[in-house]
Amino acid sequence: MPPIVTAGGLLAATLWVHLDWVLLVVAAWLLIAVVGVFALRRLTLVARVLFPVGGAGGLALLGIALSALQGSPEVAVLPIGLPQLPFHFRLDSLSAFFLMVIGGISVGVSAFAAGYFRKGEGTPPGLLAFEYHLFLASMVLVVLADDAYAFMVMWETMALSSFFLVTANHRIVEIQRAGYLYLLVAHIGAIGILLCFGVLQANSGDYTFANMRAQQLSPFWASLAFLLALFGFGAKAGILPLHVWLPEAHPAAPSPVSALMSGVMLKTAIYGVLRVLFDLLQTPIWWWGLLLLTVGLATALFGVVFAAVQVDMKRLLAYSSIENIGLLFSGIGLAVLFSAYGMQPMAALALTAVLYHVAGHAFFKSLLFVGTGAVLHATGERNLGKLGGLIRCMPWVAWVMLIGVLASAGLPPLGGFVSEWLLLQSFLFSPGLPSAFLNMLIPVVAALIALIGALAGYTMVKFFGVIFLGQPREERLAQAHDASGWERLGMLWLAAGCLVLGLCPVQFIAVIDPVTQLLVGAGMGEAIAAGSWLLVPVAIERASYGPAIFLLGVAASFALAFLLVRLLYHGRLRRAAPWDCGYPWQNARMQDTAEGFGQPIRQIFEPFFRMERELPSPFDAAPHYRVRVGDHFWHWLYLPLAALVERLARLIGLLQQGRIAVYLLYSFVTLMIVLAVVKQ
Amino acid sequence: MTGLGAVSQLLEIVMALLLAPLLGGWINQWRAWLQNRSAPGLLQPYRMLHKLFNKESVVAEHASPLFRGAPYIVFGCMALACAIIPTLSTDLPLSPAADAIALVGLFALARVFISLAAMDVGTSFGTLGARREMLIGFLAEPALLMVLFSASLISKSTSLTTIVETLAHRELAIYPSLALAGVAFTMVSLAENARVPVDNPATHLELTMIHEALILEYSGRHLALLEWAASLKLFAYSCIGLALFFPWGIAEAEAPLALLLAMPVLILKLAIGGALLALLETLSAKMRIFRVPEFLATAFLLAVIGMLVSILLGG
Repeated sequence: MPPIVTAGGLLAATLWVHLDWVLLVVAAWLLIAVVGVFALRRLTLVARVLFPVGGAGGLALLGIALSALQGSPEVAVLPIGLPQLPFHFRLDSLSAFFLMVIGGISVGVSAFAAGYFRKGEGTPPGLLAFEYHLFLASMVLVVLADDAYAFMVMWETMALSSFFLVTANHRIVEIQRAGYLYLLVAHIGAIGILLCFGVLQANSGDYTFANMRAQQLSPFWASLAFLLALFGFGAKAGILPLHVWLPEAHPAAPSPVSALMSGVMLKTAIYGVLRVLFDLLQTPIWWWGLLLLTVGLATALFGVVFAAVQVDMKRLLAYSSIENIGLLFSGIGLAVLFSAYGMQPMAALALTAVLYHVAGHAFFKSLLFVGTGAVLHATGERNLGKLGGLIRCMPWVAWVMLIGVLASAGLPPLGGFVSEWLLLQSFLFSPGLPSAFLNMLIPVVAALIALIGALAGYTMVKFFGVIFLGQPREERLAQAHDASGWERLGMLWLAAGCLVLGLCPVQFIAVIDPVTQLLVGAGMGEAIAAGSWLLVPVAIERASYGPAIFLLGVAASFALAFLLVRLLYHGRLRRAAPWDCGYPWQNARMQDTAEGFGQPIRQIFEPFFRMERELPSPFDAAPHYRVRVGDHFWHWLYLPLAALVERLARLIGLLQQGRIAVYLLYSFVTLMIVLAVVKQ
Repeated sequence: MTGLGAVSQLLEIVMALLLAPLLGGWINQWRAWLQNRSAPGLLQPYRMLHKLFNKESVVAEHASPLFRGAPYIVFGCMALACAIIPTLSTDLPLSPAADAIALVGLFALARVFISLAAMDVGTSFGTLGARREMLIGFLAEPALLMVLFSASLISKSTSLTTIVETLAHRELAIYPSLALAGVAFTMVSLAENARVPVDNPATHLELTMIHEALILEYSGRHLALLEWAASLKLFAYSCIGLALFFPWGIAEAEAPLALLLAMPVLILKLAIGGALLALLETLSAKMRIFRVPEFLATAFLLAVIGMLVSILLGG
């Protein structure tokens, strides 16, 4: 019997397990969604009640997930869907970890959304609340699903609800196109996942994950399942060359939705890969790891190089998400390599880095995306070339965003650095691999990761500097208003997440340790128990990192320097016009633009880009300069593919004559052929 | 933590703060001699700092608190960097808080803040400097990391103190990987510390400056702190180089006598290193900014090859 059905009264409630509570949160979200449909245009109700209540649901989910992480797996069967084919749900540590991420992010994003959505922006607010909460609920159920049927239904619900969220401003042609592209790639990916499950069930006809776990696949079929999963989940995550939808869809969506998509939805794809690789397939083969590593690094480098040259702030963040997904895939690849060679403690280290980055990226990228939403509302601009100087009229947003920017740039003592540190540590320990070829590869890979991290810093300085620092590039920016109360609350929550992840790595790793135990059969528990403020992955003389001491060191030197200067000298200050080498005619147009800041990257990584440039000649009366940076994959892969599809469609179109006699002839011929075949 | 450890930690910080400007003065003196100029006094950097601290600070009208806070943050980062690098002793209580990777992160943190501060006022030279600084940074940072990794592969550790202890105790043999790493490290340090051939610390020629463009808007105590931080950075880089490639003479745990001896040894090593740096700067010409990425890419590749070699030869 499904526990949620049997649990009738308050008394029974005490006997509920975690899974029931999670399903209760899902039910609450669905209820909010329904209320939203009945309150389509009542903005106050939607913004002041529905979204905050949804956020409270997220907080509850976070608490339940934290408690469930340490618990044993729980299962439930819900009689929804087709007869004889109920939904199976299962809550284990891996699911609980991703529930924690979904819960933690949704608190901040829902609070932000309560202050964000306005009237008259395409879709009515009530409908947005419906789609938003349906999206949240479907992500939770994807993570809980324990059979292919439930998984695919929820996966599709997730894709569809997010499609409608992306196209919230559906009257703009660009957004329609972005939404269509997103839907297309999502479905092509879904085919891959479906086929993967088909291979995994190995002709037994039983599509529950429990059955798939029990199947012993031959290396060929296991590899096929892996490749299909990589394709399917990779399309959702945005790995090369399936990334094209991401920089289109993320900017098109309203900012809280971009935050959810980038922060959480991409992570469901990571969940899928982890579930299939380590739970359903169980015996990884070494070249899978190599493939994941290669694809991941290519994706990461591609993403960060493109992010550095973007001039649209949300596109920049979208490309940065591609970069982070690439890093996650390369980490998973490393974990597979270690696991394939039976080096479980090292696999646990790599996997911890991956999980850490999942949580870290979720927090900082959501923060950055909602921050761009606040900027967008205050200025109406997404183009970096028309922003600038916002730290003076939007100090709240700017300072909170600075935390996200530092975390995203992978700087200590914030969250992004810890995962990068763990990843590099696992690379450094890898010279123990039994294959000489792989050992040779490791330094190159570590070098690439270091380069990617440094480029991320470049990109983030550009992002923050061009938006918030300098002088306003447009007159009206001086009137920009700071974020509202709800928006501030949401951003503060997300920033607090970045700080906690940055400063308490030992405590957080202790929380997520059961996940690595579950996936690779080894944890980091003993190693990190050595010191509560020092993160020690293996042994203290090998490597250690203490972010709290680190921060304290910088802060103490800061305070000492400040006090001593005041004490021994003075604190006199005079405000004057900027000096700038004595240039008298200064204006905002003389600052470096976003294009200018990206120029060195365009030059150094020229083969990456497809550039179209219009340069002015010296005799132009009204000179103008234009550069368009394009993606080679469009021209090399997608446009030929689209042309091929179109040509095939035209061939099939030849059959279409529009005269009923011809169609009757087709039916007749078909009938004859069928008869001929059947007769034999 | 032992009492001696705390003493050596304190000694290291105080020594770095006091000696760093002296190193700058020493190098300038050698540069002047090598270029047939009469040299400024050895204590000139201290006079400079004193003068700047006494002056009032002139800040642009619309500068944000980030602009005023950045010098303190940069100074704090560099002071912490000098505290965790084993310059005198490997018995440092602060050292476990940050290993080689975190040290590179610390330099990156300082770089990001100084670049953001340069963009804050919104002048053309400030943003130009910020862009160039980040350009050098994104190439130099991974190269430095690779250099440190080459050393960590030998010692099987990223902890700076362990690296130094291992390297100091090996037999006197030439490690090919360390030789390559040494060349790469020299190139990176030149770029990171705004020395010729990448940048010229003595120039204010608008189109070529990098470091000077970043701090163009600063004056008074803020400028003093940044100049001090820059000399601390040079000191820190020199000490990393000495610790990786000439680790002999650095005291270990429970060795008070060695600690006493470590200071003159370090000063001697720094004096020789500083003179060599001045020679290197005098012998080379500043390169065009477009050549800098190639220069740094070479350093990066050398460091990666160094790491490959160390794996091939097993250390």
